Amino acid sequence: PIRLESLSVPSLLKHVKGFSAEAERPAMNGVPQRGKLLTLDNMNPKVKRVEYAVRGPIVQRAVQIEKELREGVKKPFTEVIKANIGDAHAMGQKPITFLRQVLALCSYPELLKDNQFPEDAKKRAQRILEACGGHSIGAYSASQGIECIRHDVAHFIEKRDGGIPSNPDNIYLSTGASDAIVTILKLLVSGEGRDRTGVMISIPQYPLYSAALAELDAVQISYYLDEDKCWSLDVKELRRALYAARQHCNPRVLCIINPGNPTGQVQSRQCIEDVIRFAKEENLFLMADEVYQDNVYAEGCQFHSFKKVLFEMGPEYSSKVEMASFHSTSKCYMGECGFRGGYMEVINMDPEVKAQLTKLVSVRLCPPVPGQALLDLVVNPPQPDEPSYATFMKERTAVLAALAEKAKLTEQIFNTVPGITCNPVQGAMYTFPRISLPQKAIDKAKEEGQVPDMFYCMKLLEEEGICLVPGSGFGQREGTFHFRMTILPPTEKLKLVLKKIKDFHLRFTKEFS
Amino acid sequence: MRLLSPTKVRLLSFGRGDVLAGSGGPTVRSLTSPPLLTRRGLPKEKMSENGLMSRAKVLTIDTMNPTVKKVEYAVRGPIVQRAVELERELSEGMKKPFVEVIRANIGDAHAMGQQPITFFRQVLALCSYPELLNDSTFPEDAKSRAHRILQSCGGNSMGSYSASQGIDSVRQDVARYIERRDGGVSCDPDDIYLTTGASDGIVTMLKLLMCGEGAARTGVMISIPQYPLYSAALAELGAVQINYYLNEENCWSLDITELQRALDEARLHCNPRALCIINPGNPTGQVQSRECIEDVIRFAAKERLFLMADEVYQDNVYADGCQFHSFKKVLFEMGPEYSNTVELASFHSTSKCYMGECGFRGGYMEIINMDDDVKAQLTKLVSVRLCPPVPGQALMDLVVNPPQPGEPSYDNFIKERTATLSVLAEKAKLTEQVLNTVQGISCNPVQGAMYSFPRITIPKKAIEEALDKGQQPDMFYCMKMLEETGICLVPGSGFGQKEGTYHFRMTILPPTDKLQILLNKVKEFHQKFTQQYS
Repeated sequence: PIRLESLSVPSLLKHVKGFSAEAERPAMNGVPQRGKLLTLDNMNPKVKRVEYAVRGPIVQRAVQIEKELREGVKKPFTEVIKANIGDAHAMGQKPITFLRQVLALCSYPELLKDNQFPEDAKKRAQRILEACGGHSIGAYSASQGIECIRHDVAHFIEKRDGGIPSNPDNIYLSTGASDAIVTILKLLVSGEGRDRTGVMISIPQYPLYSAALAELDAVQISYYLDEDKCWSLDVKELRRALYAARQHCNPRVLCIINPGNPTGQVQSRQCIEDVIRFAKEENLFLMADEVYQDNVYAEGCQFHSFKKVLFEMGPEYSSKVEMASFHSTSKCYMGECGFRGGYMEVINMDPEVKAQLTKLVSVRLCPPVPGQALLDLVVNPPQPDEPSYATFMKERTAVLAALAEKAKLTEQIFNTVPGITCNPVQGAMYTFPRISLPQKAIDKAKEEGQVPDMFYCMKLLEEEGICLVPGSGFGQREGTFHFRMTILPPTEKLKLVLKKIKDFHLRFTKEFS
Repeated sequence: MRLLSPTKVRLLSFGRGDVLAGSGGPTVRSLTSPPLLTRRGLPKEKMSENGLMSRAKVLTIDTMNPTVKKVEYAVRGPIVQRAVELERELSEGMKKPFVEVIRANIGDAHAMGQQPITFFRQVLALCSYPELLNDSTFPEDAKSRAHRILQSCGGNSMGSYSASQGIDSVRQDVARYIERRDGGVSCDPDDIYLTTGASDGIVTMLKLLMCGEGAARTGVMISIPQYPLYSAALAELGAVQINYYLNEENCWSLDITELQRALDEARLHCNPRALCIINPGNPTGQVQSRECIEDVIRFAAKERLFLMADEVYQDNVYADGCQFHSFKKVLFEMGPEYSNTVELASFHSTSKCYMGECGFRGGYMEIINMDDDVKAQLTKLVSVRLCPPVPGQALMDLVVNPPQPGEPSYDNFIKERTATLSVLAEKAKLTEQVLNTVQGISCNPVQGAMYSFPRITIPKKAIEEALDKGQQPDMFYCMKMLEETGICLVPGSGFGQKEGTYHFRMTILPPTDKLQILLNKVKEFHQKFTQQYS
């Protein structure tokens, strides 16, 4: 169909010499007026297909409501609570002191003379500055990232993975994890028609993936997580999705988010092994999105990196399976989203492809240097014998403990509401409860041309001032409805949010039954 | 070996033939599909040295995204990679005919020793660690700026995501800055999008403009020489690059008849939709006259082209009689016939001008006359990447809203700013003068921006030797210069040049005394090179 479109008469006429390319349309006053040159009809069709619910219509409405509140419009609530996005600081989480001290020192090195800063912060700042051109974070860095930071990242990975070596040459610093994920997908996309690259993503998924695939015109292959088994991943389901997809595209990539976003599950070691075996058997490039690696709360759950499991499976796997894993400064205990720091590690990548990757990232010059500096501190935090250690540990532990508590609280309260069922939030920063919507509400939503869970969330926003993301933005089994909510608000506020949702849900159910 | 999966069984029967020949595999699909499809979904096998079957990579140079392969970015290309190697060799104690590598390949002011503007960095430190707001050593205006920025951040922290379009108050400040700059022509903050450096904004706009296939594919007009971000982005997006040549004999000026020629030729094989202008010019350093800008706008209106004005060097104008005119201002001064119709995006950045803060990746674009539906698509598109880095947004805010007369930091700010710009003006002149004393090098005045792009005469013998080695002659020249003098330049071929001419791009950023040495070394090298090959 795309081909046919491009052969339409107007587009052909454009190429006939002397034919005016101007689209004339009559204006009110009778004088012909030119339409826009760039319109919805002739813009990039791939961009049009992009959807990103986390910042979609519901968030736009939330911003409007905030403005209305400021202008004095009366609402049944006094503030909008944005539980749509994993933005820890916006929810009141305080930055880790040490990280910010070093960033201040890097920004304004005059402060290195200042006695109020601890020696370890100064030392870190000095080391980062020495690795910067002209000792300034205002200089471009190498496109792959500052070398000493890549070394620190490699050491961090080695420590995390029990000594499995990591080569700094395989580390690419990035502008948040999103940047790196899109870059790797970009490398992998090729072929046309039935030979077009297919990419397997979980449903529910983090919509960066579907958005990137739409923009890159890759084929999205959905595999479903098992809600009844705490959103676990089943290799049989992977196989089903893969074989079905082979009929119409060329599946080359398998994306895994662990801990899960939006579903909060933490993958077992066994499951990771199964996935790796599957990827090898089926010749798939593995992409492991591990940005929530410190966010594991449930007892008996533990984060296992794909890299570690891969190498523990022996050379048959570790020397073959191609993989990229992603991390970021935005989540975990630091929650520094605004700095857009991140990295990826590529494993078993073909050297020629790697050279292409290095070239590709060079076009954008470099990831933001303050974000690189921040990442360096995350992978190389204060050590036990350093002056900032105690405070750092106290702050870090407090954040993670509060998150664990909120994860539990959220699950407990939701599960008391008839019509809401919620899996344990084993990790990450979200709950993705299932909601039952009365048939009347579903009908009403359809009348209004809305997806039922969007209708539900929009109504919740209008009535309670709580901004969630409807499950349809992440994908869900047909006929089921969910929403994603962060567990990030401070405990007291979270309790309030949960109570408001409970009240709303009961009211909603009654209204439409 | 007995437990073979169906896939493996199929593979044993015909896998290798598939891989090696890429065709003819006995699959059903091969009857109906192009030969390449036969290996789809099957693990590829290849013979390894020990005779065992070993899997080929999933992702290889042959199976990767072909548009990525076409991307080239000379500013960080092979010559820079060699420079990094040389630096390492030097640090390992290897003997070289020089003691340090001078990287004059990229407009990276701080790396060349330029000091950051104190006020900017004070505010950034305050924003990073707000405890410092209690510190009496910081001036009050820095504190009030930091306070204002933090108040518009979620949770009063630079660590929270901002709106995808950028922080509201920063966009308002940008709009006011543009109004001041453009003599009062109004600017709507809703038309401002903050970006991750200007590159990000440019690629995003180009992305929106892509459509069509074959002869209906979007064509984009770019100058030759150009800044290779453009050619790289066009390659990646699969757009058609339409070259128009700047007139080197007339100080790299832009000529409408040349635009027309390029456009008319391109219409035969693509759908030209956008015209990109870099002013002041990179790599060529020219500053466009007001009249020329008017001509370009008239041309864009007549030919229905979307204008993209890359104005990141807007403060970098050095030559007497030259002045920066923004496309926006000229457009609006041409009256509603133009200002209501011509679609324009203009780009700015924190990386150049007097601040040179490249590492923060700050920038903005202003879009004018964009269709509302398309704008909504743009807003959606940028939301996928969440937001531009917030420290870069904060810095952008300071650039557009610097200390005002009467504020405590004003004098020092102006002093630092003026010093940087006047030194740059001096170096622009020095570069032109010294290079023009060299026989076989001719250099246009560096009217603006941060680079000189002199033309070099390469002897025939050198050209032949280069071609023998499979190298572009100017790459051969620059590589030799790097090996012999430690100076890292970018060959003109990386930017594009008229066939048969050769150039290099060199930044004028090194400190004056170092620049002097560098120019002398270039001079000596050129003379030696010419002698060696004549």
